[in-house]
Amino acid sequence: MDDALLYGRLQFAFTITYHYLFPQLTMGLALIIVLYKGFYLKTSNIIFNESAKFWAKIFAINFGMGVVTGIPMEFQFGTNWAQFSEKTGNIIGQTLAMEGMFSFFLESSFLGLFLFGEKILGKKLHFLVALLIFIGTWASGYLIIATHSWMQHPVGYEILANGKFALKNFSELFGNPWLLPSFFHNQMASLVTTSFVVACVGAFYLLINKHKPYAHLFLKTALITGLISSLFVAVPTGDLLAKQVALKQPVTLAAMEGLFNTENGAPIVLIGQPNMKEQRLDNKIEVPNVLSFLTYKRWDAEIKGLNDFPKEEWPTNIPGLYYAYHIMVGLGTIFIGIMFLGVWFLWKKKLEVQRWFLWVLMFAAPFPYIANTAGWYTAELGRQPYLVYGLFKTADGISESVSAGNTLFTLLGFVGLYLVLGFIMLILVGKIIHKGPKLIVKN
Amino acid sequence: MELTWYLILCFMLIMYIVLDGFDFGAGIIHFFFAKTDEEKKQVMRAIGPFWDGNEVWLIAFGGVLFAAFPTLYASAFSGFYLPLILILWLFIFRALGIEFTHLINHELWIKPWQKAFGISSLLLALFFGVAFGNVIRGVNLGGVEDGIAKFTNSYSFFTPLWDGSFSPFAQRPGVIDWFTITIGLVAVFTLTIHGAYWIILKTEGDFVKKLQSKILPLWIALVVFIVISLIAFVTMKSFQNQIFNQHPSIYLLPFIALSGLIGMLLARNSSKHWIGFTSSTIFIIAGICTAVASLFPVVIPSTNSVVDSLTIYNTASEKYALETGIVWWIIAFILIVIYVTFVHRVYKGKLTEKHDHH
Ligand code: HDD
Ligand code: HEM
Ligand code: HEM
Repeated sequence: MDDALLYGRLQFAFTITYHYLFPQLTMGLALIIVLYKGFYLKTSNIIFNESAKFWAKIFAINFGMGVVTGIPMEFQFGTNWAQFSEKTGNIIGQTLAMEGMFSFFLESSFLGLFLFGEKILGKKLHFLVALLIFIGTWASGYLIIATHSWMQHPVGYEILANGKFALKNFSELFGNPWLLPSFFHNQMASLVTTSFVVACVGAFYLLINKHKPYAHLFLKTALITGLISSLFVAVPTGDLLAKQVALKQPVTLAAMEGLFNTENGAPIVLIGQPNMKEQRLDNKIEVPNVLSFLTYKRWDAEIKGLNDFPKEEWPTNIPGLYYAYHIMVGLGTIFIGIMFLGVWFLWKKKLEVQRWFLWVLMFAAPFPYIANTAGWYTAELGRQPYLVYGLFKTADGISESVSAGNTLFTLLGFVGLYLVLGFIMLILVGKIIHKGPKLIVKN
Repeated sequence: MELTWYLILCFMLIMYIVLDGFDFGAGIIHFFFAKTDEEKKQVMRAIGPFWDGNEVWLIAFGGVLFAAFPTLYASAFSGFYLPLILILWLFIFRALGIEFTHLINHELWIKPWQKAFGISSLLLALFFGVAFGNVIRGVNLGGVEDGIAKFTNSYSFFTPLWDGSFSPFAQRPGVIDWFTITIGLVAVFTLTIHGAYWIILKTEGDFVKKLQSKILPLWIALVVFIVISLIAFVTMKSFQNQIFNQHPSIYLLPFIALSGLIGMLLARNSSKHWIGFTSSTIFIIAGICTAVASLFPVVIPSTNSVVDSLTIYNTASEKYALETGIVWWIIAFILIVIYVTFVHRVYKGKLTEKHDHH
């Protein structure tokens, strides 16, 4: 791989990974805020409104980070992937432009109003504004996933004589069978992150014995949304997405599972390290027949292994892909366990005495971020060596005129800048959590 | 279809410059003229509720450019690689300067963020002017040297930040040369006045008087740089644009711009605060339209004779994409008009302390 391509990819991977740390929380928090505003509207209980305000502050900081790191994403298609943009702009330009026109205007118009306009707007309008922001963030996610789904599974296009992809059918673009499973999976995953973050703050308050009414409310909300979303992330959405991969990118599925040889009744691997030289998994622990069943609903169905596909079609980084996928699924299983336990304690009103569990909740918060990132690496590494699956290679997408030195310079600039940003943002969020929501005086 | 999209993009770009332009201007004023805490707060109050929404016009412009003219997007964004990334970094600093300053109340925290906000606004105004100057001047498409194109894709080009001679006539002119810098300064002074008029319009008190007294010197500087850039432009390009001759009514544009420019001076002490802001808005709109029309249908002129200029016709998407795009664009646009009217109605009139953050 030549240097310009390598740095271009590294820069994209770094900036998008960083960008996605923020929307995954904001998309979920937007929903939580709507819920709290809704309860407030119904019950007029001030605790809901103050909770909404508290999370809105954290939302705002994450949103700001999402905006400043999102703009470089949009620019990068043109700056670093000029040939890709030129060839596919007809199609992915559409969905990205729609995101700008439909969701970014919505979010940014109303966020300021939501944060500072409560008095001017009144209860009902303020709820409505929260709802609009929620719609905006989810629409954003939807349109990005629509773009991404087209890259995974191109539909509704034709290839012209000059090599450009032309849009042929707009409704096919949005009827992409990849789109809905991917969207719901992603949104559920974003709710998992949010639930763990909300639970973390609730657990922290209980442990330090402060803001107790809020602590109980946060834990209750988070454990319930957390259980629902971590179940949904696995079934049906994760399962459906895996079936799409099995159907449309069978070689990717084989690599994700570390399956080198075709097997009838393929096992599911829980642990094991791919050994590319010997083409097998080392130290593996597996459960027989389960992969076949999950994929085709038959215990003895045949699953094709990597060796049955031409080597040029293999994903370029098989160990990376394999680990990313197993980290996601492994963590997903653990999340379900934690959330079940939490809801059980909640049900039995034992949360406060099970202090060890509060510690678990507090330190679990980073893991959904890891799972989300691993999920995206599964999707992206699984698509390699292509940008548009089966049709357009990553190596052909890079900007011809931008030299390796220039990309390296900007990559290092982004790394430096983002590290500083991340540090500042952690301080600010820490400050908000430390200060806590407004104290409620009993009357 | 290409023409429709071109007009849509011009419209979005103008919206962006008019709207975010006053934010840049406010940043510059914040840096140079707002001395006391109260004055600084007043500047922030005037732009606080709007700047984020304003910036979205640029993001949406980028998206629509990508969709409607992919080749142009690919060419310009990769060709102006370094300046664009620098602009991105400046955007980050500006956003943080606005949103993060008030989060921790300590001098060591506040001071640097305020500076970051001012300097990044100044540099952004300058850079956008410089970028505009580059588009007017043209670039070395295809990377042609000694009659041979360096890139396989003829739309590709790469401009270095500068070339040793800083001359727009060099074989490979850089992003920064004396011509583009002049245009950059025109932008800086225009937007400073524009921002001043916005603050005058949206706030009240002594600071408004102070700003009114600054308009005259700013205006004189602006006129000086306009004259220099016009002379340079006329010597650089022999005026042979068919569009002006085909549609003589386009000659009106420069005159509208001129009337806006004069209005910007005359309105400085008027008690009708909207006149000044309207004048600077007219000047910006008509000025951009004049420049854009004088290039039409070229968007990025080629400075060599080997590679053709990029026009709206050789860079557009296919017909079907352009046609479907129009449908959703109109729907989205109607929605945007509704949001924007709503927000501006909530914040109508003068903004006072009760509208401040926190
Ligand atoms: C909390 C995060 C999280 C958790 C617990 C899971 N996922 Fe996931 N997964 C994501 C977060 C995620 C993601 C980051 O959101 C991805 C990236 C692309 C997408 O749409 O969602 C993703 C992608 C993704 C893909 C790749 C799709 C592609 O190639 O485009 C598959 C096959 C699965 N997931 C399957 C699963 C299964 C079977 C899970 C069972 C537990 C699971 N995921 C848990
Ligand atoms: C709609 C959303 C997305 C689009 C359109 C998209 C598109 C792209 C493009 C153009 C590349 C560059 C080519 C390459 O290096 O392979 C890429 C690579 C990459 N993207 Fe995405 N991406 C999206 C979302 C994400 C997200 C959310 C993440 C992670 C959190 C991500 C992670 C990566 C990684 C890790 C690479 C590098 C892969 C490699 O180097 O092999 N992407 N993607
Ligand atoms: C390469 C792909 C991506 C690009 C080009 C991109 C672009 C952007 C831009 C320009 C913004 C700022 C919007 C504003 O000013 O309001 C933004 C924010 C946002 N992005 Fe991304 N983004 C990408 C990946 C993703 C992914 C994968 C998701 C989620 C599935 C996502 C969800 C969001 C959301 C919800 C926001 C709103 C701000 C926030 O909530 O933090 N983006 N993105």
